[in-house]
Amino acid sequence: MSRLSQAFEKARAEGRSALVIYLCAGDPSLELTPELVVAAAEAGADIIELGVPFSDPTADGLAIQRASERALARGTTLAGVLGAVRKIREKTDVPLVQFGYYNPILRYGEERLAKDAAAAGVDGLLVVDLPPEEAASLREPAIRAGLDFVPLVAPTSDDRRLALASEAATSFVYSVSMTGVTGSAGVDLADAGRRSVELSQKLGRPIALGFGIKTPEDVRAVAGKADGIVVGSAIVDTIASAPSPAEAVANVRSLVAALAAATKG
Amino acid sequence: MTPTENPPGRFGPYGGRYVAETLMPALDELTAAYEAISRDEAFRRELDDLLEHYVGRPTPLYFAKNLSAEVGGRIWLKREDLCHTGAHKVNNTVGQVLLAKRMGKTRIIAETGAGQHGVATATACALLGLACEVYMGAEDVRRQAPNVARMKLLGAKVHAVTSGSATLKDAMNEAMRDWVTNVRNTYYCVGSVAGPHPYPTVVRDFQAVIGREAKAQILARTGKLPDAAVACVGGGSNAMGLFHEFVPHTEVKLFGVEAAGEGVETGRHAAPLNAGTVGVLHGSKSYLLQDDDGQIIEAHSVSAGLDYPGVGPEHAYLKDIGRATYGLVTDAQALGGFQQLCRTEGIIPALESSHAIAYLPEVVEQVGRDADIVVCLSGRGDKDLDNAREWLEKHGGSR
Repeated sequence: MSRLSQAFEKARAEGRSALVIYLCAGDPSLELTPELVVAAAEAGADIIELGVPFSDPTADGLAIQRASERALARGTTLAGVLGAVRKIREKTDVPLVQFGYYNPILRYGEERLAKDAAAAGVDGLLVVDLPPEEAASLREPAIRAGLDFVPLVAPTSDDRRLALASEAATSFVYSVSMTGVTGSAGVDLADAGRRSVELSQKLGRPIALGFGIKTPEDVRAVAGKADGIVVGSAIVDTIASAPSPAEAVANVRSLVAALAAATKG
Repeated sequence: MTPTENPPGRFGPYGGRYVAETLMPALDELTAAYEAISRDEAFRRELDDLLEHYVGRPTPLYFAKNLSAEVGGRIWLKREDLCHTGAHKVNNTVGQVLLAKRMGKTRIIAETGAGQHGVATATACALLGLACEVYMGAEDVRRQAPNVARMKLLGAKVHAVTSGSATLKDAMNEAMRDWVTNVRNTYYCVGSVAGPHPYPTVVRDFQAVIGREAKAQILARTGKLPDAAVACVGGGSNAMGLFHEFVPHTEVKLFGVEAAGEGVETGRHAAPLNAGTVGVLHGSKSYLLQDDDGQIIEAHSVSAGLDYPGVGPEHAYLKDIGRATYGLVTDAQALGGFQQLCRTEGIIPALESSHAIAYLPEVVEQVGRDADIVVCLSGRGDKDLDNAREWLEKHGGSR
């Protein structure tokens, strides 16, 4: 069983949802990224989604857009992110999902990326603008390299598309909580929680619920319903608001601890 | 290989659907609705009626005698500048907004660079009674104030986009974010032959009226097909509109003209087909301007309508199979073409269309001085007068 699937199993055995934490690699700097990941893992994150910044992040709200712009302004590249992953792997075996957009991967080379990511210590790939129909050229080399492939489902996905996602998945499926971009306000969490339970049964895969989940209260509202709960923009915001790198690490540590405490519902 | 052998949504390796899962069902819905109206006689009649009586079609095919005398060949101008709103953009927006209404959508969104597609979308929405919101880069809002005023007069809400480089690509990003949020009641009216399937096909088909008319008109006037068809290419909708009818007639040479900006060698240009690489942006695979890490590079052109780092996937395909060739015209050359058409024919072209005019000597060199050459005059230049004057003052007047 892959490290990602094991993380869901472990959380389930402990009677809670798995906590998935998104960080934008390179924000505020690629040097600090491994420290932030380690802090999040130590504070209770079960899985880290490491965002690879892209110039045109059409599925992201303002928080992650700005984080991506800052990371790119500091010269963050996909190769650099994989370098940070190697540093992370010297310190922690927390499961890592490389999260981002297709074009930087296409440019890097799909086969090459699959091999290099696996060698660096990435566990899975999630590409927001690569639906199952277009995914074969990346998914196949990724699986050969031992990576999990993580498809997305949305509130607009019909049964046919849910089945496509289920077939494409090798571990968990990412469920978008509402029609919108990351960091949106006003998500109907009661409804998203009910839907997660249904999806988990229908797809036979663990469901990680993300988009618009920000506070421990939000996490508590869907805990025990979604197999995994993703918090991203709130993490990015707490890093951005820190006046120093040390305080960014401390902020992440305390926010993740509070979120982790809420995963039992 | 001919385009008919391609699977739906693909032009060779180009095109496709690279979008968030949330939008995939909407693209399926649009594909089905588009196929339905394509077989629907009543829709066709309603659209044709609007194109004739509202847009002002057919537009003339004008033999430009004085220009021909200067550049050689027999130059025929397809006068899309005479369409209502002053450019070819309205052919597409009337079609798409009519389609959106059939689909029961209540709200239309669009992106715009120079503002021409925004104005054309706002116009179609005013006509057909749908709410309209237009995304425009903050930088373009500043540079294109008259078109912002037009959109507002027509009842559209204009959003100034400040993210990224605050130009057309960022406006398109923001429109996609709106769409992903409001996908259930909102129709995204894409302005060029770009975006995820089926948009490159839908927009091409609504613009194909340009080439259909031009073919019938030149046959009526000369008794034969033209030797060449020429159009500027940003995203590439006026060019695909002109080319589509001629693609199967391989004796008609097709020339697209990209904006070389300050010169391709300076890196400040908008010429992905000439100087870009293959990648994925805004939902489809095509040539684009990107760095070694796959980050999108800003485009540069004096013409805001060509100032886009990508290009429609069908152009990428026509380039690869050698059916069309894509040339380059710099800002300076385009301004030369702009002045030349004003001076010789009394027609003020858009700076976009001026690229096609400026490329004509090269076309004549390739097809000969006896050739009949159809040029898409995609828009009129009133919108560009301030820009053109500023540019000419800064760079020392006429060439």
